[in-house]
Amino acid sequence: MKDKHVKRVDLIFEKIECRDVLEKIIDMEPDAICQEILESDLKGRGGAGFPTGMKWRFGSQEESSIKYIVCNADEGEPGTFKDREILDQVPGKVFCGMAIAARAVGAKAGYVYLRGEYKFLIPKLNEELAKFHRTMDEFNQNFRIQVRLGSGAYICGEESALFESIEGKRGEPRNKPPYPTTSGLFGKPTIINNVETLVYTVMIMKYGASHFKELGTKDSRGSKVFSVSGDTPKAGIFELELGMSVNEFVEEFGDGDTKAVQVGGASGFCVPRKRFEETIIGFEGVPTGGSMKLFNSTRSMYNVLHNYLDFFTEESCGQCTPCRVGCQQLLKGVEAVKRGDKNSKYLDELVKLAKTMKRASKCGLGQSVGNAFGSIVENFKEEIIY
Amino acid sequence: METIIENELVRELANKHGRTRESLIPILQDLVVQYRFLSKKDMVDVARELDISAADVFGTATFYTFLDTEVRGKYIIRICKTISCAMKGKNEILSTIEDILKIKLGETSSDRKFSLLEANCIGWCHKAPAMLINDTPYTELTPEKVTEILREYIKIQ
Repeated sequence: MKDKHVKRVDLIFEKIECRDVLEKIIDMEPDAICQEILESDLKGRGGAGFPTGMKWRFGSQEESSIKYIVCNADEGEPGTFKDREILDQVPGKVFCGMAIAARAVGAKAGYVYLRGEYKFLIPKLNEELAKFHRTMDEFNQNFRIQVRLGSGAYICGEESALFESIEGKRGEPRNKPPYPTTSGLFGKPTIINNVETLVYTVMIMKYGASHFKELGTKDSRGSKVFSVSGDTPKAGIFELELGMSVNEFVEEFGDGDTKAVQVGGASGFCVPRKRFEETIIGFEGVPTGGSMKLFNSTRSMYNVLHNYLDFFTEESCGQCTPCRVGCQQLLKGVEAVKRGDKNSKYLDELVKLAKTMKRASKCGLGQSVGNAFGSIVENFKEEIIY
Repeated sequence: METIIENELVRELANKHGRTRESLIPILQDLVVQYRFLSKKDMVDVARELDISAADVFGTATFYTFLDTEVRGKYIIRICKTISCAMKGKNEILSTIEDILKIKLGETSSDRKFSLLEANCIGWCHKAPAMLINDTPYTELTPEKVTEILREYIKIQ
């Protein structure tokens, strides 16, 4: 029974007739839709894990004649590629999820913000979008969606930076509060959800919240699409029930020599072999937007850390000092330790700096650099120093 | 009075996307499709067309990696340098391309046909190493495969 917790699920990529779901939700009261999503305990699948039903209810309670639904398809976290597959395989379900959100909160306009690296998907998306709009016409619904492209900035996956970008500006995150449900795109109440989250809302409306809740654990209901890469014979995209331990995951996907798994990408946590057993993949343990990278014993964790820091140094928007300078100093710092210009105690100073960044940075980027940094340095200190 | 020389493409793109601030990025993106980079003149013309300051246009463009403000070739090669691709032989692919095109990372060929750049994660980690040539992804690259791909691009006049 070694793989009892690694259970394949087929909700996201299941081909369904979206118009049946649309027909059903159009007749529902907006609040009943919010209630159903709330009851499912669905949490955002982009990584942050905010309860989707709560987000929708907040949006529905705002008094505004203009509200927006935004689909965050700016999938940029290193090691995450599942949204691309979802948009490629079942784009109609993504639009359908946006229409459900629109009905729930009373929005008439939606945007899909697609990362520039996925521009090749545009012809297919437009074709599917035309079909979607025809269906909306048939049902006398005036919700319309447009697709906007990013231009190679990781930070635009941060929701308020994404709004800035759609508004035609530099993608610099805003201060929060106000949160998007109060003041989002163009200053209007906005529901922003990840691609995968939106598709789950379709399946919840189709099969009911109770069906969704049968899967997963108390803190992490349902299933999740994982992007598996690194040292694995089974790299790819897998929808799995939530609640498995890293150990169970490694038994299924490892190459027999896995020494660490980076859960949640460059902004996530590094789990070393000694913690595989006790670490649950989910909101009660290590959360993930889906990125699962396996490293075997041939890999230098210094190289892994260096690669991540190089990434953050380039992708920090530069707006706030803790993140802009912090990323640069962490990178320079580990290089100095590696060269022997600084002694190993200096790593403790760098860990403190990463903690300061967590508290003082304006957005999730600077706040989460310390996740990978702290967990790699703590568990693989010798590899960083020698 | 300074004479303003009509920039027809910019005008056309403003007609297509609109003249509000939210039209700025789609206009710049289309200019990049046309010329592979944004010239100072085009940015000034966009500013005039949208009635915003040229500094705003420049400031916005320079924020985004894909809105290049330096001259680029007709085909921009972006090799992913993030961890999975780095682990699966990205450097070997890079040096193969450098050898074939006789340009180094960051450079543009003298005939302005190719530019060779690195990119952060492009979302093909399970099929690493990967690269984009303009908008087209190429995955599971080997030196042989990348040689074959480039041969096809070199043939295009």
